Amino acid sequence: MLEIKSVYKTFNAGTVNEKRAINGIDLKLEDGDFVTVIGGNGAGKSTLLNLIAGVYPVDEGSIRLNNIDLTHLPEHKRAKYLGRVFQDPMMGTAATMGIEENLALAYRRGLFRGLGGGISNKERELYREKLATLGLGLENRMTSKVGLLSGGQRQALTLLMATLKKPNLLLLDEHTAALDPKTADKVLQLTDEIVARDKLTTVMITHNMKNAIQYGNRLIMMDSGRVVVDIKGEEKKHLTVRDLLEKFNIESDRLLLSE
Amino acid sequence: MNIMNLLNAMPGAVAQGLIWGIMAIGVYITYRVLDISDLTVDGSITTGGAVCIMMMLAGFPAWAAMLGALAAGMLAGLVTGLLHTAMGIPALLAGILTQLSLYSINLRIMQKSNQSISVDKYDLLISLRYITEAILICAVLVVVIIAVLYWFFGTSLGCSVRATGANPNMSRAQGINVNMTKIIGLMCANGLVALSGALLSQYNGFADVKMGIGAIVIGLAAVIIGDVVFGKIFTNFAAKLLAVVFGAIIYYAVLQVVFWFGLNSDYLKLLTAVIVAVFLALPYWKAKYFSKPVKRGNEHAGN
Ligand SMILES: Nc1ncnc2c1ncn2[C@@H]1O[C@H](COP(=O)(O)OP(=O)(O)O)[C@@H](O)[C@H]1O
Ligand SMILES: [Mg+2]
Repeated sequence: MLEIKSVYKTFNAGTVNEKRAINGIDLKLEDGDFVTVIGGNGAGKSTLLNLIAGVYPVDEGSIRLNNIDLTHLPEHKRAKYLGRVFQDPMMGTAATMGIEENLALAYRRGLFRGLGGGISNKERELYREKLATLGLGLENRMTSKVGLLSGGQRQALTLLMATLKKPNLLLLDEHTAALDPKTADKVLQLTDEIVARDKLTTVMITHNMKNAIQYGNRLIMMDSGRVVVDIKGEEKKHLTVRDLLEKFNIESDRLLLSE
Repeated sequence: MNIMNLLNAMPGAVAQGLIWGIMAIGVYITYRVLDISDLTVDGSITTGGAVCIMMMLAGFPAWAAMLGALAAGMLAGLVTGLLHTAMGIPALLAGILTQLSLYSINLRIMQKSNQSISVDKYDLLISLRYITEAILICAVLVVVIIAVLYWFFGTSLGCSVRATGANPNMSRAQGINVNMTKIIGLMCANGLVALSGALLSQYNGFADVKMGIGAIVIGLAAVIIGDVVFGKIFTNFAAKLLAVVFGAIIYYAVLQVVFWFGLNSDYLKLLTAVIVAVFLALPYWKAKYFSKPVKRGNEHAGN
């Protein structure tokens, strides 16, 4: 269970560039919740995820995950509990290292990294199996450098890395936005499969309203650093884009959600 | 211009190349593996030489003096690492600060600006008096060092150091304490650099407080030459380290040729800087003038 309590975050406080990115957010996620997040550019979506992940500290408030207080943990210590996929496919993998080396880094998330040996054969078998589930043929290229992969392949790999050790919370920040529509759909489907299979508690930011409605069991919309819409349960199941637009007086998809 | 003069100079070039190759491996670890330009090395190579010579003059055997040098170099790396990670100083500046501090420390270690040691009175590991022997010993050392590094960078810890250089953002997301891995890398690198300094001062028979000036540029020259000449064929990590050592040997061999043609040896450092500048510029020029447009950049854009 994720509990975010009255969190505030202001960037460049006390300067002309002062920007209140998160303005008092309270949010509670139940185990297994798959929440999609929408909101205009600059609404604070990425900032919220970065605060959860510890990229920078909160100004006020607290963040707890499964009763562990994350608020003051450094980023690399929170990583034990979190899986993350970023918008930029370059960001989630090490380009100059091999596919299996990247997976091995992810497999040791939250564990002590000592002078113990490299990748065991058993481990390699596991990676091969997991890679095969992506359906991209990567299981036959385990030693290839990740820099040789396409953006979609890299995002699929990052997704696999984020979920290789089951995270308590999966954070996806527009992770298909940089992909072509066909690849984006494929990666989204994969995401949905993995989330369902491992019953992962997930927060997925998307700029695509249809995807936000299609996936997950809960939808929130952010604006000016707050949660302004929160739809769950039956209402979420039957939600349509038209409902969303009408209900909240949104004139058009494109007006609010810039591509 | 007697060709024999040139040929006679070559074994010396090989010996120096091997010694500086160890230093260049240190530079490779910071510059290529960690993606940090570490200027500590100009100071730590001298520290290695100073510690080694002073310990030997005090009666320690060569191996103990070299371990002392290694430890002193690692300490220097630790200082730069802490300046960078715990005090938030940019890595380049952190290295410069340590390098400057080391100038004083090296003077204190040696008590004067130059300390010589006689191969006749002390049991030096290598000396330019016995070049063939020096080449053999340094070659063995190089092989051992590469083997140890190859092992280390294959362990979980070593992989996390590599990952830190490759993508610090991803490393943190995977739970790697990048401050710690950077410090480890800097310590490894400067330990090797100091070890190279210890060898160099034994080889030359003296340590001098100015012996490290421009060392970083020589190290970079070796890394870059190794990459340009062997980059395509040497893909394995151990082979890449070997390429760095070959790069250092080529560098010294080329210098011998240039001086043989009659260039005044005062131009040594200028020539080195020009070589490095040109080789550093090559990939930039290539990308700017000869490449087709790429689909998308690979710089970490925000999200
Ligand atoms: N590191 C930062 N430094 C300064 N301002 C930032 C930083 N990150 C985000 N912001 C600002 O905070 C606001 C929210 O940004 P962000 O969370 O990225 O929005 P979203 O992801 O919803 O588009 C924006 O106005 C943005 O410019
Ligand atoms: Mg964003």
